[in-house]
Amino acid sequence: MSTGLSKPPDSTDAGDLAPRHDAADLPGDPRLRTVIEPPQGWQVINFGELWRYRELLLFLCWRDVKVRYKQTALGAAWAILQPAMMMAVFMVFFGRLAGVSTGEIPQSLFFLSGILPWFFFSTALTNAANSVVGSERLITRIYFPRLAIPFATVAAAAVDLVVACGLLAAMVVGYSVAGYTIAPGWTLLMVPVAIGLVGLTAAGLGAFLAALNVAYRDFRYVVPFFIQLGMFATPAIYMRPTAGEGEAVALLRALNPMNSLIETFRAGVLGGPVPWGRLGVAAAIAVVVFLAGCLYFRRVEERFADIV
Amino acid sequence: MTAIRVAGLGKSYQVSHAGQRRGYRTLRETLVETAQAPLRRLRGRRSAAQTTEEFWALKDVSFDVAPGEVVGIIGNNGAGKSTLLKILSRITKPTTGRVVLNGRVGSLLEVGTGFHPELTGRENIYLNGSILGMSQKEIDRRFDEIVAFAEVERFLDTPVKRYSSGMYVRLAFAVAAHLEPEILIVDEVLAVGDAGFQKKCIQRMGEVAHGGRTVILVSHDLPMVGKLSNRLIWIKDGQVHQTGRPAEVIDAYQSHAVQVVQQEAVVDLSSHPNRSRRYTPLLKQLRLFGADGRPASAFPVGQLSTETHPLLGTTGGLDCTYCCRFEPILLMPGEYTLNVRLGDMEDYRDVVMSAARFTVLPADHFGSGRLPERKFGPVVLCGEWTVN
Repeated sequence: MSTGLSKPPDSTDAGDLAPRHDAADLPGDPRLRTVIEPPQGWQVINFGELWRYRELLLFLCWRDVKVRYKQTALGAAWAILQPAMMMAVFMVFFGRLAGVSTGEIPQSLFFLSGILPWFFFSTALTNAANSVVGSERLITRIYFPRLAIPFATVAAAAVDLVVACGLLAAMVVGYSVAGYTIAPGWTLLMVPVAIGLVGLTAAGLGAFLAALNVAYRDFRYVVPFFIQLGMFATPAIYMRPTAGEGEAVALLRALNPMNSLIETFRAGVLGGPVPWGRLGVAAAIAVVVFLAGCLYFRRVEERFADIV
Repeated sequence: MTAIRVAGLGKSYQVSHAGQRRGYRTLRETLVETAQAPLRRLRGRRSAAQTTEEFWALKDVSFDVAPGEVVGIIGNNGAGKSTLLKILSRITKPTTGRVVLNGRVGSLLEVGTGFHPELTGRENIYLNGSILGMSQKEIDRRFDEIVAFAEVERFLDTPVKRYSSGMYVRLAFAVAAHLEPEILIVDEVLAVGDAGFQKKCIQRMGEVAHGGRTVILVSHDLPMVGKLSNRLIWIKDGQVHQTGRPAEVIDAYQSHAVQVVQQEAVVDLSSHPNRSRRYTPLLKQLRLFGADGRPASAFPVGQLSTETHPLLGTTGGLDCTYCCRFEPILLMPGEYTLNVRLGDMEDYRDVVMSAARFTVLPADHFGSGRLPERKFGPVVLCGEWTVN
């Protein structure tokens, strides 16, 4: 396996007086040695290397964010408008027509706090799954840790989420001023935890699908379908847990990490009880999915440049 | 201490015999094949997978490069140069062997990698620099130099999709030219843009090459690669064929390139062995005629004309034949090689080097009773003498 780096550690930037190639320690510096050997099966996840390439990761993410709303009249407002429109649809269909009760929580807040993490997850997953195929030119022209590609798309989706959270925050403030009993206190700490775990799940699953997508383009069509299906399998987006639900629904609630994470997110924002047990299960699933997805990605990434 | 050590490097690809060289497969194909495999084995038939064959693009390549050395790599298309570069720049993994690179590596297999058309010039400098392995501080420091080199000061905040193609490649090259690794791996990307900028590019490459960096350079431009390198490696059929001083290797390579071309009156240019993959094959065919108008590949002194057939676009109907009739060029008897280029002096659209060989036969051109000989010089001149 290779352990080289193409970027200097930050410390080299300090001593800038002499040209780099004159630095006495360079030719033999083991930190700057790259060894290229045939692939040897399973690879470890190269977190160290990814960390050294963090600037590239940031630039790729920044490019995704920048490009997404270029030449749109409304620009970044779309990051707010998309979930807001979805919220309006939910209010009409679930609130008015289906008569779903959201208890003492205002309907709009309830739906939006479910839509935002789901929107983050589905955007991150869809984009991550297509990311490697979409970066064909980069992959066949230059080396960098390939995991940076799906990770950058997840990070870019997170930027949208943060923007959209502005709307949610404004609504929370608005409703509490209007006299609703919404009291997010320490529970706000759970918001980044929930978002982080959603991101981890999306990154792992996204890396897995991105790698599969390189070899089998079928996944381009499979992913959107499963995301739609996933929305129905995640009732937390639009329903409160009710007493009379069957065993199957209860199991789904417990084992679908998105369900628990959305409930955690909502509890964090609106100050409800945090479902600790199910959050623990979701966290464990997220970590396993992340590691498994990344390991599979690493296993097949050597072939990307040859077959993409 | 060596900067680069390549030992026993090999790379094999699976080539399918059906001629379907499509990299990816659909899930269905894999599922169907997997399902059919046991059946096939029962029936003793060959599976679809068995119709593929191993192809070694690179085999047992070994060489060392000393720090500060500039090594050029030459060879025909498909000889394995690109595969070697891809392995050295870690884009693909070798099948056998090992490479050790001592120092920070930068590779340039293309200019403008990662350029995004929607982003401005300024944004693309940062994005591209970061992709090429520069740190943000480094880009900050060299930003003005890059902009000045590219001559795009006025358009820094314009999306590059509105750039002219000249501006685009200038900016792309400028970022690449300011990359400062200890080991630089460069593919045929050197000269881009118009004639003036190309000169600047080559000059800049010379500075880089002689600035103490270790450089591996692949190019079809033999004079340039010969001038820039300390040593040339000629790769042939995936193996190191010859390595040595530039002049020696170029000589050997050129005479070989000429040998692979048969002396023929009609030469197919579209799938010519010496064709560079850099150009779309616009030039289709080259025909040589003698002064009597009949195709030939050997001519008496002063009796040669040529004709080439470029086909510009298949739908545009621009199918045309370029015919070049030389005023008798009085070449001395001997064997000659013909290079064919299409384009103006600033921008070649298609090039085939060493496209054809022909022989000029000794003939008594002046009717003087003497045959012109090679030792007199390259050409026979028709002079008019007066004596006062």
